[in-house]
Amino acid sequence: MSIGQLAGGRISPVARRVAQRDPLFIAAGVVMAAIVLLAVLGPLLTPYDPNQLYVGPVLSPPSVVHLMGTDDLGRDILSRVLAGGAASVFGPVVVVVLSTVLGSTVAILSAWYGGWVDAVLTRITEVVFAIPGLVLAILAVSMFGKGLIAPVLALSIAYLPVVSRLVRAGARSELGKPYMAALRIQGVGSLAISFRHLLPALLPAILAQSTIGFGYAMLDLAAISFLGLGAQPPTSDWGVMISSGQPSLLNGAPEQSLFPALLVVLTVLSVNILGARVTAWAERADA
Amino acid sequence: MTTGVLRRVLGKLGALLLTLFLASVVIYSAILLTPGDPVVALAGGVRPTPELIAVIKAEHHLDQPVWIQYLYWVGGVLTGDFGTSFVYKTPVVDLIGSRFGITLLLVLYTVLLIVVFGVGSGILAARRRGAAEKAVLVGTSVGVAMPTFVVAILLIFIFGRLLGWFPVFGAGEGLLDNLYHLTLPAISLSVLYIAYVSRITRGAIVAQAHSEHVDTARVRGIPSERIFRNHVFLNASPQILAISGTTIAGLFAVSAIAEQAFGIGGIGSLLTEAAARKDLPVVQILSLLLVALFVVLNAVVDVVIAFIDPDSARSRRTA
Repeated sequence: MSIGQLAGGRISPVARRVAQRDPLFIAAGVVMAAIVLLAVLGPLLTPYDPNQLYVGPVLSPPSVVHLMGTDDLGRDILSRVLAGGAASVFGPVVVVVLSTVLGSTVAILSAWYGGWVDAVLTRITEVVFAIPGLVLAILAVSMFGKGLIAPVLALSIAYLPVVSRLVRAGARSELGKPYMAALRIQGVGSLAISFRHLLPALLPAILAQSTIGFGYAMLDLAAISFLGLGAQPPTSDWGVMISSGQPSLLNGAPEQSLFPALLVVLTVLSVNILGARVTAWAERADA
Repeated sequence: MTTGVLRRVLGKLGALLLTLFLASVVIYSAILLTPGDPVVALAGGVRPTPELIAVIKAEHHLDQPVWIQYLYWVGGVLTGDFGTSFVYKTPVVDLIGSRFGITLLLVLYTVLLIVVFGVGSGILAARRRGAAEKAVLVGTSVGVAMPTFVVAILLIFIFGRLLGWFPVFGAGEGLLDNLYHLTLPAISLSVLYIAYVSRITRGAIVAQAHSEHVDTARVRGIPSERIFRNHVFLNASPQILAISGTTIAGLFAVSAIAEQAFGIGGIGSLLTEAAARKDLPVVQILSLLLVALFVVLNAVVDVVIAFIDPDSARSRRTA
C-alpha cells in the first residue's frame, strides 16, 4: 500500500508525484529548488568578490581554489555564477508575474463583458502577438537604453497574448456553466465571482502556462543579455557571462561560457519537465 | 477552390492589413514614448548639432501634427523610402538592402534543417516504437532547452577549437562559401526548433493513428504505407504546419542571436547594433519589417492549411 492510498486520495498533486516515485519530477523539482536557492543565497556564498579582477591566474581550469576556474580577466567563475543567479532568475519571474496578471485581467474582462469590449481587447492582443518578443524587447532597448528593465517590461507585454488567449477560452467555458448563473442569481458580486470562483477554477491552467512561460522568459532575457542589450558587464548575469566568454572558447578555455550555459539549460530543462506535469494535472483537473 | 475558402482568404487578408496598420502605429509611437526630445531620439541618442536638428526636423516633419508625421513615415515605407540613419549617415534602405540576403539565406538553411530533421524525427518516433522513439523523446526533451546562444558556443568550441571542420566567423564570399559558413549558425538556430517540431509532429501523428478512420482503413485492408501517407500524415499535417509555421515565421527575428555569435553581417546584427547605438529610425524600420514578415508568413501558413483542411483553419487566429 502506497502513501497516496494511505492518505485516501486527499493529497496534494506534488505529494502524490513524490509518492509515486516519479524520478524525473523529483529530479526537476530538486534542481529547480537548488536554482531558486542559488538565486536567493548565491550572492552570500561567493568564495571571492565576483567582480574582483585577477583573484587567480587568467583562464585557469577548474581546481580546488577555483572550482569552476577563472575567466579572461582572472575573476572567479563560481563566484560570478552565484552572484549572477539573482538577475538571471528573478528577471523571468517578473516577466511571468506581470504577463500573467495583465493577461488574465484582459482575458476575464473580455470573457465577462463580451461584445465590443471583447472585440477590442482581442484585437489589441492580436496586434501584440504579431510583434515577436525579441523585437519588442530590442525596440524597448533602443528607446530606454540598455539594461534589464526595458526588456523585462517589453517581454511582459509580449507574453500577454498567450496568457490571455488561454484564460479567455477557459473563462468563457467556465462562465457558461450553470453554477455561474446560480451565483449571479443569488446576487454575488462580479468581483467576488471572479476572485472566489472563476480564478480558482482557472488556476491549474494558468499555473501550467506560467511554468512554461518562465522557461521562455529565461531564454529570451539571456539572449538579450547575450546580444549585449540587457544586463551590462561587469554584471555577472548568465547571458553576459556566456557572451563575454566567447573569445576564450578559441583559446581552449570554455569554462567561462560553459558553466552559466549549463545552468540556463538545466533550469529550462527542469522547468519544462515541471511544466509538462503541471499541464497534465491541469488537464485532469479540467476533466 | 470553394467560395468559402475564398471568403476566408479575403477575411484573413483584411485582418492581416489591419494588424499591420496597428503594429505600424505602435512602432511609430516609439518616437513619442522615448524619454526626452524626439530630435535626440531620432539622431541616435546624442545631442545633435543645430544643422542636424534642422535636417531631422525637415525629414521627419516634426513641425506637423503627429498623425501627419506618421502618414509621411508610413507613406515613405510603402514607397521604399525608409528614411535616413543619422548614426550610420546612410539611407536605411541601403543598410538593409546590403544585409538582407545573408539573413534570408541563413533562415532558409535553418528552415530546411528544421523540416528535414524535425518532421523526420517526429515521424520516426511515431512509427517505430521502442529504442528509436525513446532516443527521439529524450533528445527532444533536452533540445527544447537548448537555446541558440548555448548551441552556438558549444559549436564554436567544438569546431573552432577542437575539430576545425567549419568556419566559426563571418559569412564568406559566394553562394557555396556562404552555405559553408552558415552551416554552424543554421544548426545553432535550428536545434531548439527541430526538437519542438519533432514533438509536435509525433503528437499529431500518434493522435491520428488512434482515430477511427484509420482503423476503418486498416480493416479495409489498405496497405499500411498508404494508410500512413493518405490518412495519418495528411490529417496530422495541418497541426504540424500550424505550429511549425509560427515558429519559422519568427526565425528572422531570432536570427539576430546566431548572427551575433558568428559575426554575420545580416539584418539581425544590424538590429542589435542599431539598438545598442539607440538608432531609432533603423530599429523602427527593421521592427516593422520583421513584424510584416512574421504576419505574412503566418497568413501564408493559414492559407495552406485552409487548402488542406478547411475545418481546422477556422480555429486559428494569427493575423
